[in-house]
Amino acid sequence: MDTTVTTAVKEQPRTNGVGHDVKFSSKQVKVFYGEKEALHGVDIDLRDREVTALIGPSGCGKSTYLRCLNRMNDTIAGCRVTGTTTLDGKDIYDRSIDVVQLRAKVGMVFQKPNPFPKSIYENVAYGPRIHGIASSKQDFDAIVENSLVKAGLWTEVKDRLDQPGTGLSGGQQQRLCIARAIAVSPEVILMDEPCSALDPIATAKIEELIDELRENFAIVIVTHSMQQAARVSQMTAFFHLGHLVEFGQTKQIFTNPVDQRTQSYITGRIG
Amino acid sequence: MVNEHLFKRFDDELARLDAKISEMGGLAEAQLARSLQAIRERDTSLSESVIASDARVDAIETEIQDHVLQMLALRQPMAVDLRHILSSVKMATTLERIADYAKNNAKRSIVLMQGSVPPRAMTGIDRIGRLVQGLLTDVLDAFSKNDVPAAELVWKRDEEIDDAYNGLFRELLTYMMEDPRTITAGTHLMFMAKNIERIGDHVTNIAELIVFRVTGSPFATDRPKGGGEIYRPA
Repeated sequence: MDTTVTTAVKEQPRTNGVGHDVKFSSKQVKVFYGEKEALHGVDIDLRDREVTALIGPSGCGKSTYLRCLNRMNDTIAGCRVTGTTTLDGKDIYDRSIDVVQLRAKVGMVFQKPNPFPKSIYENVAYGPRIHGIASSKQDFDAIVENSLVKAGLWTEVKDRLDQPGTGLSGGQQQRLCIARAIAVSPEVILMDEPCSALDPIATAKIEELIDELRENFAIVIVTHSMQQAARVSQMTAFFHLGHLVEFGQTKQIFTNPVDQRTQSYITGRIG
Repeated sequence: MVNEHLFKRFDDELARLDAKISEMGGLAEAQLARSLQAIRERDTSLSESVIASDARVDAIETEIQDHVLQMLALRQPMAVDLRHILSSVKMATTLERIADYAKNNAKRSIVLMQGSVPPRAMTGIDRIGRLVQGLLTDVLDAFSKNDVPAAELVWKRDEEIDDAYNGLFRELLTYMMEDPRTITAGTHLMFMAKNIERIGDHVTNIAELIVFRVTGSPFATDRPKGGGEIYRPA
C-alpha cells in the first residue's frame, strides 16, 4: 500500500491568501484499537482560521484522527495513540497536559445534537461555570448571549432561555451545542458529521455558521457529504483504509485531485 | 482511464455524452469536407445541401446542452467527471461554430460560382481547407482516444494554417490589384480563407479542451502564432 501523502499545498498559493499559523501539527500519528492499527501514521498541519474537512469512506480513520485532536480516544478502552500531535507547538499527549483544559480549548460538536437535559441558558452557562470562566450573573448573561449570537440562535431563543434545550428542533439543538462549545472560548472546534441528522435548511444554517466561525476559530469537520466539504472548507484531507491519502486545497481536491484513490472516491467510483 | 461509477447509469450518461460529441464532430467534419468539395467542383447543389445540413449540427448541440444540464443537476459531478462534462459542452459549442463556418463558405461558394474566379486562388483555398480538414480529423481522433500527445501535436500544427492563410491573403490581394474584376470573388475568397483559418483556431481549442479534460491543467505556454505580418502595414 502506498503510504505517501500527496500534498499539493506547498506549491500553491493559499486559498484565503492569509496563510494563518499552524494550529495542530501531527507527525506519524498512529492509532491502535488493541492490536489492530486503525490509523497508519498521519502527518498533517491544520491551520488557524481555516476549515479543514476530513473525508473518506466509513472506517477510513477520519473520525479516529479527529478524536486524537482532543484526546477523545483516551476514553476508549484498549485504544492507544502513538506519534506526536502539537497544539500551538505543545504536545497534547504530554503528561503535563490537563485533558479537561485541552477539551475546553478544543471543543467538539457531534453527529447527533446532545444538549444537556437543562434549560437553554444552563446548556451554555454550564461549561463556563465548571471551568470557572465567569462568576457573576452579569458575566454569565453576557457569555450566554454572546455564544448564542455567534451560534446564530439568539433571536430564536432569547425569549425562552429558561425552557429545556431538548425542546428545540434538531437544527436548533445542534446550534445550541455549537453555542455550548463556543461558550468556553475554545481555539479549535471539531465537528463530527454535524449535519447528518439535520434537514437541508438546518444544514445550510450550520454551514453558514461554520463560515462565520472561521473568522475566530480553526475548524475541523468530518463529513460524509462531499458537497458539504466542498462548500465549507478551505482544505480537504482524504483518508482511505487508515491512510491519509491526499491533503490539499479544497478547490484543487475537488477539481483535480492528484491521487487516483481520491479521484475514485470523490467521483463516486469503485475504489 | 478510471474505473466505473458506483451508479452505473452515470457511466452510461457520460458514454452517451461522448457519443453525441463524436457524432457532432463527424458531422462538422463532413460539413467542412463537403463545403470544400462544393467549392472545388463548383457544385451548387452540394453547397445547398451543406447549408441545409447545418440544422442537424445545431440540433445535436441543443441535445448536448440539455443532457449536460441534467447531468449537472442530478449527478453533481466532481473532479474528472466535472471536467469531462464541462469540456464536452465547450466542445459542442466549438463544433457548432466550425459547422457554421463551413455553412458560410458553402453560401459564399454559390455566389462565387456565378462570376469569374482566378483558378489559382481556388487552389489556394482548397489547400488551406485540406490542411484544416486534416487537423480536424486528427483532433477528433485524439478526442475519441483521450490522447493528450496527439492533441498537443494538433495544437502545435495550427501555425502551418496561419502561415498558409498569410500566403493566401497576399495572393488574393495581388489578383485583386492586377484585375479589379476579381474583387467581388476575391473578397468572398478572403472571407472564406478567414473562415477556414478560424476553423483551425477552433480545432486548437478542442485540442486544449482534450488536454484539460484528461490532465486538469491548461496548456502551459502560448500557442505558436504564424502569419503576424499581414497585420502590419505593407
